[in-house]
Amino acid sequence: MSEKVLMKGNEAIAEAAIMAGCRHYFGYPITPQTEIAAYMSKRMPQIDGVFLQAESEIAAINMVIGVSSTGKHVMTSSSSPGISLKSEGLSYLAGCDLPAFVVNVQRGGPGLGGIQPSQSDYWQATRASGHGDFRRIVLAPDSVQEMVSLTFKGFDLADKYRMTTLLLADGTIGQMMEPVSLDMGEVTKYEKPWAVTGTKGIRKPNIVNSLFLQPEVLEKYNIERYERYKTVEENEVMYEEYMMDDAEFCIVAFGIAARVAKNAIKQAREKGIKAGMIRPITLWPFPKAALAKAAEKVRAFISVELSMGQMIDDVELSIRCKKPVILCSRVGGMIPTPENVLAALDEAGKIGG
Amino acid sequence: MSTKQVLFAGFGGQGILFTGKFLAYEGLLSGREVSWLPSYGPEMRGGTANCSVILSDTPVGSPIVTNPDILIAMNLPSLDKYEDATVSGGQIFVDSSLIERKVKRSDVEANYIPATKLAADENLTGLANMIILGKVLRHTELMDYKNVGRAMAKIVSAKRKNLYDLNLKAIELGYSYE
Repeated sequence: MSEKVLMKGNEAIAEAAIMAGCRHYFGYPITPQTEIAAYMSKRMPQIDGVFLQAESEIAAINMVIGVSSTGKHVMTSSSSPGISLKSEGLSYLAGCDLPAFVVNVQRGGPGLGGIQPSQSDYWQATRASGHGDFRRIVLAPDSVQEMVSLTFKGFDLADKYRMTTLLLADGTIGQMMEPVSLDMGEVTKYEKPWAVTGTKGIRKPNIVNSLFLQPEVLEKYNIERYERYKTVEENEVMYEEYMMDDAEFCIVAFGIAARVAKNAIKQAREKGIKAGMIRPITLWPFPKAALAKAAEKVRAFISVELSMGQMIDDVELSIRCKKPVILCSRVGGMIPTPENVLAALDEAGKIGG
Repeated sequence: MSTKQVLFAGFGGQGILFTGKFLAYEGLLSGREVSWLPSYGPEMRGGTANCSVILSDTPVGSPIVTNPDILIAMNLPSLDKYEDATVSGGQIFVDSSLIERKVKRSDVEANYIPATKLAADENLTGLANMIILGKVLRHTELMDYKNVGRAMAKIVSAKRKNLYDLNLKAIELGYSYE
C-alpha cells in the first residue's frame, strides 16, 4: 500500500474512514462533499458495510447516535447548512458521551450561501454546534494526505475520549487531487464496557442517555466531562510551525488558507520580510501555548481566514492581546491570494512595534 | 523544470477536468509533486470550467493557479479572463476554431490549433481537449511524450480499450499538427 495514488480530498476521507474500521456511513448529499457519500455507496457493499442515504441530515446524525451506542465506528458527513441541521444530534452525542466522526466540507454562508469554499463555520465547529456545555475535537487538514491521516486519527481520538471528532475541511481541499499514501498502520481497539450490545442475560443493561433531571447528577456528569476535555487539551494539540525560527511576523492559518500563506511566505522572504506561520491542525484544542510563545518574539500576527474573522478571536485570546493581530480574509467562496497576504504583511510592518 | 503552473479553461463538457487529470497522473507516475484543482459552477455542462494543475520538484504550496505559466484556452471568455494573468514569458494555447481573436500580449508565446474543428473532421468528436493537449506537449516540457500511454492507462479503464485508443489518437493528432 506504500505506492502513492492520486485521490480527491473527499474520496480520501472516505477510504481512510474505511481503513479506520468504519463500516457504517449515514449521510445526505450536499455540495461540495457529495463525493464522500458517492464513494461510500460504492465501497461499503464491497466490504459488508452499511451505506445509507438518510431522508435528511437530522435522520443521518440520529442514525450515527444509534450505531455509536453499540460501540461500532460510524460517521456522517455534510457541508455547512447540513451541519447546522445536525446540531441537535451533535449535542446529544456529547450528552451521551458517544464517540463519532463527523465531516464538514465547508461552503460559503450564511443560509444556503454558495457552493464555493469557505471557513466560516469556525465558530460553529469550535464553539457551538448544539446546545449545552460541551466540546469536540476539531481537526483541520491542509492537504489530501492530511484528509487521510486526520480521518484515521479522528476515529482513534473519538474512541479514546468518547467524544465527537469533527474534521473541518473546505471545498478546495475536498475537491482537489493530490498523491496520497494510504499506509496508516494498525487500528487501536478500545474497550467499550458502556456499549449497548445485548446483556445475554448475564450483565446489567447499559443505558445510553443524555437526560438527567436531578441537577446534582447532571452537574457531576458535566464536570467529569470537562476533566476529560482537560486531558485532551493537555495531550492532543497539533500544529505545524513553518519558517518560525527567525520570524518577525507570524501568520496563523489553517486548511486552504495555510497553503496560500505558504506561497506568500516564500515571496515575502524573497523580499527580505521575515514571515513565518503557525498552522493549527487541531482547532480545538487550539495551539494556545505555541502562539503565546511566538508572541514573545514576533512583532505582529496575521490571521488568514476564509471568513469575516473568526479564528482571530482564538489568536487574540491565546496571546492575551500582547501583539497586534491583523485580519486577512476573503469570504463568500473567494480565497485570499498570496498578494492579499503580502499586503497584510506590509500593513503589519507599519504598525507592529 | 522546477515548478509549472498550468491552467485549463473552457466550458463544462469540453473535458477540461479530464485533461488536467491526465497531466496530474503523468506527474505522479514521474515521481513529481502534483496538485489538481477543479473550479466550476453548479451545472454539469455549459457552465465555465477550469482546472489548475501544478507539477513541481518541491512540495506544492497553494493548489490555486492564479498566474499560469501555461494557459490552455478553449473558449473566448477563458482567453479574455486569463490572458493578462499569464506570466511574462509564459505560453498560451488557443483553440482557434472556437476563438477568433489572436493573443494580444507580445511577451508570451502564442500557439493556435483548431482543435474542435480537427476533432469533428477526424471523427474524434469530444476529444478537442486531447488534441490541444497534444499541441501543448509538443511545445512544452511538461512530460516526456513517450509516456502518454502509461498516464492514459491510469485514467481510462482497460475495459474501454476503444476510448484509450481514441484519446491517444487525438493527442498524436495535436502533437503532429503543423
